[in-house]
Amino acid sequence: MSKNINVALIGNPNTGKSSVFNHLTGLNQKTGNYPGITVEKKQGVCRLPRGVKARILDLPGTYSLNASSLDENVVVELLLNKNDKDFPDVAVVVSDVENLKRNLLLFTQIKDLNIPTILVINMSDRMRRKGISIDVQKMEEFLHAKVVLVSARKNEGIDVLKQHITAYKSISTQPCVSIAQIDQAYFSSLESTFPNQSLYKLWLVITQDVNFARVERKKMAAQDANHMRSPSFLKRLQQKETIKRYQFINSVLKECYKKDSAKATDLRSKLDRVLTHKVWGFVVFFVVLLTIFQALYDWSSVPMDFIDASFAQLSDWAKVNLPSWLAPNLIAEGVIPGLGGIVIFVPQIAMLFLFIAILEETGYMSRVVFITDRVMRRFGLSGKSVVPLISGTACAIPAIMATRNIENWKERLITILVTPFTTCSARLPVYLILISLIIPNERILGANMQGLVLMLFYLLGFAMALLAAFVLHKTMPTNQTSYFVVEMPNYRIPLLKNIIITIVEKTKSFVLEAGKIILAISILLWVLASNGPGEAFKNASEIVAAQEHVTDANFNQKLSAYKLEHSYLGRVGKGIEPLIQPLGYDWKIGIAIVSSFAAREVFVGTLATIYNVGDSEEETIKNRMAAETYADGTPVFTLASGLSLMVFYAFAMQCMSTLAIVRKETNSWRWPAVQLVVMTGVAYLGALVTFQYFSL
Amino acid sequence: MELTLADLEIGDVAVIDSFDVEKLPMKLIEMGCLPGNSVGLLQVAPSKDPLYINISGSFLAIRRETALEIIVRK
Repeated sequence: MSKNINVALIGNPNTGKSSVFNHLTGLNQKTGNYPGITVEKKQGVCRLPRGVKARILDLPGTYSLNASSLDENVVVELLLNKNDKDFPDVAVVVSDVENLKRNLLLFTQIKDLNIPTILVINMSDRMRRKGISIDVQKMEEFLHAKVVLVSARKNEGIDVLKQHITAYKSISTQPCVSIAQIDQAYFSSLESTFPNQSLYKLWLVITQDVNFARVERKKMAAQDANHMRSPSFLKRLQQKETIKRYQFINSVLKECYKKDSAKATDLRSKLDRVLTHKVWGFVVFFVVLLTIFQALYDWSSVPMDFIDASFAQLSDWAKVNLPSWLAPNLIAEGVIPGLGGIVIFVPQIAMLFLFIAILEETGYMSRVVFITDRVMRRFGLSGKSVVPLISGTACAIPAIMATRNIENWKERLITILVTPFTTCSARLPVYLILISLIIPNERILGANMQGLVLMLFYLLGFAMALLAAFVLHKTMPTNQTSYFVVEMPNYRIPLLKNIIITIVEKTKSFVLEAGKIILAISILLWVLASNGPGEAFKNASEIVAAQEHVTDANFNQKLSAYKLEHSYLGRVGKGIEPLIQPLGYDWKIGIAIVSSFAAREVFVGTLATIYNVGDSEEETIKNRMAAETYADGTPVFTLASGLSLMVFYAFAMQCMSTLAIVRKETNSWRWPAVQLVVMTGVAYLGALVTFQYFSL
Repeated sequence: MELTLADLEIGDVAVIDSFDVEKLPMKLIEMGCLPGNSVGLLQVAPSKDPLYINISGSFLAIRRETALEIIVRK
């Protein structure tokens, strides 16, 4: 009988673990979440020799089994639970040849859980340049494990790794360090209380950070309070354990690892002299940000215009050519414009993920964490909050998930709460279409004015996030000292394959997730716009025909405008009109705002649906918006109302998915409720002030 | 006066002498911050906080408040 082998990929961050994962599984992978929490779970299938299949689980990067963050806790929980369906038959520990000593600490911990373990020494292509030589055979003997030299960059060693995985049953499960020797008295008494159990596992349960409120720890404490000593006693033992492990590691490395340091060339110190410099570091950082935002605007306008025009054409085609049983009006006026409103994002989202992936993969992101930590701390954040805030420009959902490596709860909570203020890509189409309507396409001091306004709104988002963080920092109690230990990885040229996979996976999941909501809302909107209550809607054609100034030529246009106004949707928009009139919006924009509370990206699609229903002329959304006027002929979209609308979208909490993720991450409805109310309140006031100021 | 890691100048290399285990995060200890190991100061951010250090081969950034807890000798 052939059984699937469960493989767990474990390793320190920055060891190229995901490159190894990508090599083993190719595009044959899927990402999901661990139940109940939002730590990303990456799984894939790898075909091994002789028809055996392996399920590869890429666990979050961790430095040790003594978890200090949510990410690390996932690894420990899995490895302690033999009954978990993902419990590995074999563990593959990925290490980096240049940080082997530190990486081996985690290896010895995994090994002591009596799981068959393979050590991958990655980036072996750097060995010669760094003057490193390793005796693999000797190392296998010392570690009682299989050792493979792998170069994910050059695709070397992957086949050997696959062979070892296939033959996992022959790998020894002998531990590296006997935990009992750390404190004989303590551990022999522990052993007599829990006979026949692995001492190291017991020890891990005892020392798990109480923050994570582990069920197992509580259960054990109820059974045996004796060994739950004071935190300082336990920490002292943990330090002794660490020393013992390093003694073992040093004795192994002395025998089989040689480094000729004379050969080491140092790119790191040269680059760091500039990139982490007090002044130059910040200059480079701002230039990087500026380049990204300019590129986003300049490079994406061509594909976006193309997509916009294509969907308009497709819509016309569908209206004429679809058979009647397919409800051509629903498809042409509801579904296609709605989908167009999401597909139009793809160029920008992909590009943002490209930039973020490059910043992460090169190791530059850690330098940003380093130079910004001090500044961010004034606002109650940490340097680690910069990554979520920058990722927030793509999408708040992955950004909020990226906060989980912030150990301090208060810093993490503040980061989660303020991240939705950063300008996510869902706001981008709203900004782009409004900017192109109200800001002239001219150059000022050589820079594109539309691009400048866009950057201004990105800065506004960041400024608001910092301001909100500052207020929260001053009002929330501090109850935990904050620890900050950040690894500064080596600089690396990013692997094209990794970047492409990241872009494809993230863009795909975003489009599919958002696409579902948008499709549903588009259909709902179309139905609500095409039907209405009472006689006023039912007898529309008679009523319009009886109106003054109605000719054969403008009858259809008048009729559809009348119908929309008296539809269910029109009544909702009319209903909230008094509330939004001071902000400079008419009832049609009101409808777009209401539907945007599901997701901001619905805005453009909604306007497209509304205007299409109101007027069936074949025009792009933008032209249609520019032509929209009030009854007295003044345009709806002016500088004042456009800016006011942009300010509203900049601040308002209009994303159900974000609220759901915040609920999950904070484990309470309290914080998403606070976000919804406070952010939307700020948005209303901000838009009010903007409109009144610019209408003067 | 005892010399702490925060007192080093950029480019200095010293040996970790001692620290109160309760005041340091476990993660830092696991990264190699143990008595007897070498530590070098590579770079500092504005106001000398955080510090960019090399602890026995691990390149890390830590805050000044943590560095003040680590006693070193040159």
